[in-house]
Amino acid sequence: MSYETIEFSITEGVAVLTLNRPDSLNSFNTQMHAEVRSALKEVKKDSSVRCLLLTGNGRGFCAGQDLSDRNVAPGAEAPNLGESIEKNYSPLLRTIRSLEMPVICAVNGVAAGAGANIAFACDIVLAAKSASFIQAFCKIGLVPDCGGTWSLPRLVGPARAMALSMLGDKVSAEQAEQWGMIWKSVENESLMDEALSMAKHFATQPTKGLALIKRAIQASATNTFDEQLDLERDLQTLAGRTEDYREGVAAFMEKRQPAFKGQ
Amino acid sequence: MQNYEDILVSGVESGVLTIRLNRPDAYNALRTQLLRELADALDTAAADDQVKAVVLTGSDTVFAAGADIKEMASLDVVGVMNDPRPTFWRRIALFPKPIVAAVNGFALGGGCELMMHCDIVIAGDNAQFGQPEINLGIIPGAGGTQRLIRTIGKSMAMQLVLSGEFISAQQARSFGLVSEVTIPERSLERATQLAKKIATKPPIAVRLAKEALLKAYETTLDSGLNLERKAFTLLAATEDRNEGIAAFMEKRKPNFTGK
Repeated sequence: MSYETIEFSITEGVAVLTLNRPDSLNSFNTQMHAEVRSALKEVKKDSSVRCLLLTGNGRGFCAGQDLSDRNVAPGAEAPNLGESIEKNYSPLLRTIRSLEMPVICAVNGVAAGAGANIAFACDIVLAAKSASFIQAFCKIGLVPDCGGTWSLPRLVGPARAMALSMLGDKVSAEQAEQWGMIWKSVENESLMDEALSMAKHFATQPTKGLALIKRAIQASATNTFDEQLDLERDLQTLAGRTEDYREGVAAFMEKRQPAFKGQ
Repeated sequence: MQNYEDILVSGVESGVLTIRLNRPDAYNALRTQLLRELADALDTAAADDQVKAVVLTGSDTVFAAGADIKEMASLDVVGVMNDPRPTFWRRIALFPKPIVAAVNGFALGGGCELMMHCDIVIAGDNAQFGQPEINLGIIPGAGGTQRLIRTIGKSMAMQLVLSGEFISAQQARSFGLVSEVTIPERSLERATQLAKKIATKPPIAVRLAKEALLKAYETTLDSGLNLERKAFTLLAATEDRNEGIAAFMEKRKPNFTGK
């Protein structure tokens, strides 16, 4: 399948999805939504994929929604933004969070609005030193969407989440790292090397186990402690039945490198 | 063992019989034959002293997505009046031993109603519940309007039945429609574990407790309390009651015989 607004490849267990509308900072229009959706469908279908890497081309990662797609003429009826969220963004966010593999986001430049919050929905976020995160919504009278009002308070606490959402201040990659919004900020030139090497590492790891970790950490946001203990028990029961667990223990006992199949 | 087409019936293990709805190509839609087989299997289980409790489940992705619409479409008013299905539902409702359901995926329409015939429900967190009959110009026909409102209250029951909207496993738990939510891969295991635990309890007490609990839906508090007292009195005549109390006093494990 060929794409215009994204680049997409699957190599040795790693799927790389690159947002590719550099002239408009990779902002989302209808076509890009459709292409991202289709690429993620391929990721889900292809059982060889064991890690997804999400990044952008050019100087930005993603500027969120392409506003020229939504320009409201004077006197025209107000657009129904809820509909576009329901149809495009929410399914995208749900897919990223439910993919049964690690999802890495390499933020190569500005991540604004939906672009920032899509990054925060990924499992591990690396950002180039020159990258930044902006909750731009407040500046045009909107509310952070794409899970921003859910993920931000959990990442940085309600005080910072509130100020960031109401002021729309730019957070540098280094600040984001210090605040725990992202995993790591790295030199611009080494961003893709580091992201790819992490993705390749994941492609050799016990994917099923990693997917169960993802489920557990996500569920902790809404579970009570007791519910989480029950969940850990159940997920561990599953993990203990995987081939990779067997291989992991055998390799440990035999003092050799494990050969995980992701199953 | 009898051969069934629409359900799979396991052997009895630790007092537990497992029945699996098995029409994978039709999302386990409850056609007449499936209901008949289920009623037959439960009648057999009721008469089998080895069976102390039943686990009822579907697949990992669907419990039962509803009635068989094609079958229903062919019935006119006289056909519906002569439909044997209500008698199967009645037999399922009268099954005297505990049924624990493990529900993953859709439990809709008749599937939701079947689930409400069970005594305890463990739901996978992928489960969805609803009574979408209204979308077809009909209404729930196997207790959906009655059991739902008694279980989850008027407001949510009305919302489900009148709008056809679904609720999630977590919502269903908060409304009391299900008692526990697990990951889908574990719901059957957990239901079986519970059923096995119940299977170790004195069977007559279990049976009377189920009967008394279900009566709470149907009677005034006064006659419910009356029935409870009579069941309580009746148990005083069982060997298991004497054994249970003796074992408690002697700080040992009871050995129940079902007498």
